[in-house]
Amino acid sequence: MKLMKLTLVAVMALGLAACDKDKGAVDEIPVGGSANGQAGNGTGAGGTAGNTGSVSQSSLDASSIEYFKQTIGDRVLFAVDKTSLTAEGAELLDRQAAWLLGNPGVSVLIEGHADEQGTREYNLALGARRASSVANYLVSKGLPDGQVKTITYGKERPIEVCSSESCYAKNRRAVTVVAGGLGS
Amino acid sequence: MKKTIKCLLSAALLALAPSVSHAQDGVLRLELNKGVIEPMPIALPVFVGADAASNKLAAEVTSVIVSDLIGTGLFREIPAEAHISKVTDFNQAVEFANWKAINAQALVTGAAEKSGDTLKLKFRLHDVFAQTPVGDGVQFSANANDWRRMAHKVADTIYSRLTGEAGYFDSRVVYIAESGGKANRTKRLAVMDYDGANNRYLTDSKSIVLAPRFSPNAREIVYTSYETGEPRVFIMNVDTLKRRALSTAEGMTFAPRFSPNGEKIVMSLAERGNTDIYLVDVASGAKQRLTNSSAIETAPSFSPDGSQIVFESDRGGGQQVYVMSASGGAAKRISNGKGRYGTPVWSPRGDTIAFTKMVDGRFHIGVMRTDGSGEKVLTTSFLDEGPTWSPNGRVIMFFRETSGADGAPALYSVDITGMNLKKIKTPTHGSDPAWSKVLN
Repeated sequence: MKLMKLTLVAVMALGLAACDKDKGAVDEIPVGGSANGQAGNGTGAGGTAGNTGSVSQSSLDASSIEYFKQTIGDRVLFAVDKTSLTAEGAELLDRQAAWLLGNPGVSVLIEGHADEQGTREYNLALGARRASSVANYLVSKGLPDGQVKTITYGKERPIEVCSSESCYAKNRRAVTVVAGGLGS
Repeated sequence: MKKTIKCLLSAALLALAPSVSHAQDGVLRLELNKGVIEPMPIALPVFVGADAASNKLAAEVTSVIVSDLIGTGLFREIPAEAHISKVTDFNQAVEFANWKAINAQALVTGAAEKSGDTLKLKFRLHDVFAQTPVGDGVQFSANANDWRRMAHKVADTIYSRLTGEAGYFDSRVVYIAESGGKANRTKRLAVMDYDGANNRYLTDSKSIVLAPRFSPNAREIVYTSYETGEPRVFIMNVDTLKRRALSTAEGMTFAPRFSPNGEKIVMSLAERGNTDIYLVDVASGAKQRLTNSSAIETAPSFSPDGSQIVFESDRGGGQQVYVMSASGGAAKRISNGKGRYGTPVWSPRGDTIAFTKMVDGRFHIGVMRTDGSGEKVLTTSFLDEGPTWSPNGRVIMFFRETSGADGAPALYSVDITGMNLKKIKTPTHGSDPAWSKVLN
């Protein structure tokens, strides 16, 4: 039985072909799975979960990084020049903290980013402070201090490239990147 | 790298005409501190080559000298087609009447001689209307590979004699060469002559690199690199390309600049989200904390005498410019206009501070006195940032980024009068320029 499942996973990963018929089987397949220890760095645009409709219809394994990124939400946004968390951001971080505490052994890197409307070095400092706001919040919810690292990218890694508030709002972000040791 | 650039520039006075020591008040002089400067008409006939091989270099040398001088906006070239006299012998007497007739106020005559690897340049500067030499003739001798530097030295001497101020053409700029789209841009350290010539890359594009600055002798640069995974200050020898992290201590470091004697580096360190300013000893790595607040303190820059540091802080709410002692302690806010102020840089003359100003969604490069008075805005655009001073404090280089999905940065320079805004040619997009002192 177990062997069957593994074979199926392999087929899916290769061709993503067999999944449209037997939906029941698809639902059991952990998309992304624990092998994918290399998480996105929050600077690329989308997830890594493939590009076919049939895969996105399946449920994600609640312990997968994809689940964290897509269902929990891996990023919080900030107001112009602000580094304090919004109420919405804090709620999202509550869910992140719960998930992270439920997956002991993982470590996280918080990336702080800024929009292009500022000078380079100030934005580095701003990104550091944003990352730290998130880190402090997660630690305050019980995540071990040693498992949370921060980095700033300032305005160096925008995900949206237009020069208006619709893009700036998405670039003023702190992204929680989960790495390593995902639960067995 | 293969060669330590050893430029054996030797200047020798040519004892030709009996030294003409005119009374100083009669000297041909372009006054730079007037409100509006009328460019001085100058004739720069092609230097006379000693032979066919020298002729080619002579023409190239002359064109660099012309480009340097005319590029300042302070001089107007009288085109060769208008010249009545042809200079075919460096030692022939100058036919002043023919230069006066075409209204040249200044005339440069020169000669080039290449023998073996060595290039010799000689020139004289003449005041056409007074029919006198301006200073003595000068000779430069160096390896012919360094002909551009020699041409810059000639132009610096001419500029200096006609303006009374030090020149700045024999200098370099280190900057960030950028390629690729806005969301996945790659960045490399690059160094070039001030005019964009001799571009050379110092790093590959694997790691993000930011905001390089020269050491006082221009042999080293200090910059921020992500090569260890997080932003960290590195120091690199420009010739050997050897580099090392300045401090291996924990924390993200950025915004470095040398002290005037080159022994220390002032920079920012972000610890647990809080960015403060530190002074680091280049040799030992020992570090001294200069600011201690929960606000962001960054972008520090020394006064040229080493006694003070100008920096930016948002301790009062928004980004503003402050001055403190080089040993830290109380700081005084000096920026006082509308908007936010960042990236302050102390001018080499000591009396002015250049900055980036952000107000009403626009960015400006500006200058003010060190007490914050006399603010003058020089540029305006979607995003102008990061001023750096020419060695003589007359010109500011900065970068301008265009808006939108296709937006990209380029290097520009502008006179401190706000005149003569120019784009600097670089092979790729460019940002974060930093100007060296005049080379030795």
